Amino acid sequence: MCGIAGLQVRDPSLEPRLGELLTGMLHQAAERGPDSAGVALYGDARLTPPGHSAVSLLAPGDASAAEIAALVGGDTAAVTVSQSVVVHSPSLPVADLERALRGAFPTAVVTGRGTDLAVLKGVGHPDVLAEEFGLRAATGRQGIAHTRMATESAVTPEGAHPFSVDENVCLVHNGSFANHATVRRELRAEGIAFDSENDSEVGARFVAAQLAAGHDLEKALRLLCERFDGFYTLLVTTGDTFAVVRDAIACKPAVVAETDAWVAMASEYRYFAHLPGIESARIFEPEPEEVYTWQR
Amino acid sequence: MAALTTTVVDLSQESARDLNSALHKASPGTSWHVTHPGGAHNLAVGLTTGLDVVIDGPAGYYCAGMNQRATVTVHGNAGTGVAENMMSGTVRVRGSASQSAGATAHGGLLVIDGDASARCGISMKGVDIVVGGDVGHMSAFMGQAGRLVVCGDAGDALGDSLYEARVYVRGKVKSLGADCVEKEMRAEHVAELAGLLKSADRDDDPSAFRRYGSARELYHFRVDNSSSY
Repeated sequence: MCGIAGLQVRDPSLEPRLGELLTGMLHQAAERGPDSAGVALYGDARLTPPGHSAVSLLAPGDASAAEIAALVGGDTAAVTVSQSVVVHSPSLPVADLERALRGAFPTAVVTGRGTDLAVLKGVGHPDVLAEEFGLRAATGRQGIAHTRMATESAVTPEGAHPFSVDENVCLVHNGSFANHATVRRELRAEGIAFDSENDSEVGARFVAAQLAAGHDLEKALRLLCERFDGFYTLLVTTGDTFAVVRDAIACKPAVVAETDAWVAMASEYRYFAHLPGIESARIFEPEPEEVYTWQR
Repeated sequence: MAALTTTVVDLSQESARDLNSALHKASPGTSWHVTHPGGAHNLAVGLTTGLDVVIDGPAGYYCAGMNQRATVTVHGNAGTGVAENMMSGTVRVRGSASQSAGATAHGGLLVIDGDASARCGISMKGVDIVVGGDVGHMSAFMGQAGRLVVCGDAGDALGDSLYEARVYVRGKVKSLGADCVEKEMRAEHVAELAGLLKSADRDDDPSAFRRYGSARELYHFRVDNSSSY
């Protein structure tokens, strides 16, 4: 099991409430994954000022946020949140910021990169982590949350979701890929490096490789359906896209709810119960191997 | 005799286990009102007597599972496996139901006013299921006995590997599963369907439905296929 919750806000008046709404969803998802949890926040000005390039990493332990920012240099700033650090810059492009960070910290585990995107994850109970993230106060246009019950690899911060291995792209997974070792081997042969032994990371790396090959997200997810065996409900986001896909059997749960003001996806209906306007939302369970996308 | 009082159980104060424990000790004919269910799992599970239980809000997984004799009404949506393995009684979901509604149920009546998703009535063994809206893929998969009535549309692979369960669909069927075929709607089927719709308090016209059942090609061993084993 794992729990998935995601919310894309369409009505700007709800943006200040993104974190509050997502906290309620994450709390409901805790039962499905008490091992570890993570969130991705698009446009949370507390962590990533608007338009700033941002790189998230697992906290190296012995360096403070200020020391990290100083070592990366230039106009970068950094903030420590729970077991993660978010480094951001108003001037450096995302790729340059990541390169500078890796230069200063060769052993850093980078967990996300993008424009005003913060990825926070760690080991622990989801409710405790949500408190440490200050999630309730988060704002923004889109957020996803994941609670993990580990099956394919160890309970580590690296193994927690979301997996964000390409600029602005985040992936969370409920299920288990049966052929992840084979696909990982193929991707490694193409020169792609991995941060964990987690099967879901292979899905994220595969999607990133398809995007790099010029496919759009919808096509990338169709190709994933063709290549991967096993069980999966996936929620994948970019800066403005929210996408859901399930395997051919669709055995892992997924519910989508949609109003004019927002679209949300969850493992169970109850995660939505507190969302404004849920009474009149369009609610459905995604069909197997059909890629659903919403553009903000 | 109808109960004069209704016992209220507030799930914002008590646990699902408290609720089930109280229901298991309750006298037949008593009424129960469950508030603030919040989508909790395993509500009103394993009831064996003629209780009337109203759940005022969304229910989680396996609501009213293994039900015998009781009437359970959910005023909201229900999660995976509502009324799974029900033996008798009535379960009604006023909203929609998630996957595997009525799975393996042996008897009783399950009514879902909204939609049911994938595998509704999987391995049904005698239950009657009436769905007001649509059902998802592989509904009535390996259904052995009972009736599934779908007032909306059915998804892919309806009735795959069906044994003797009967399926009635008013709307479109996306595709039929292995060994499931459309069958003639004779007078006795119209009458049977009319009874099922009535028991679900629905006024759909029974003559607007089509009937599906097993071609019985799959579950009898054919000696011609012996070389495949």
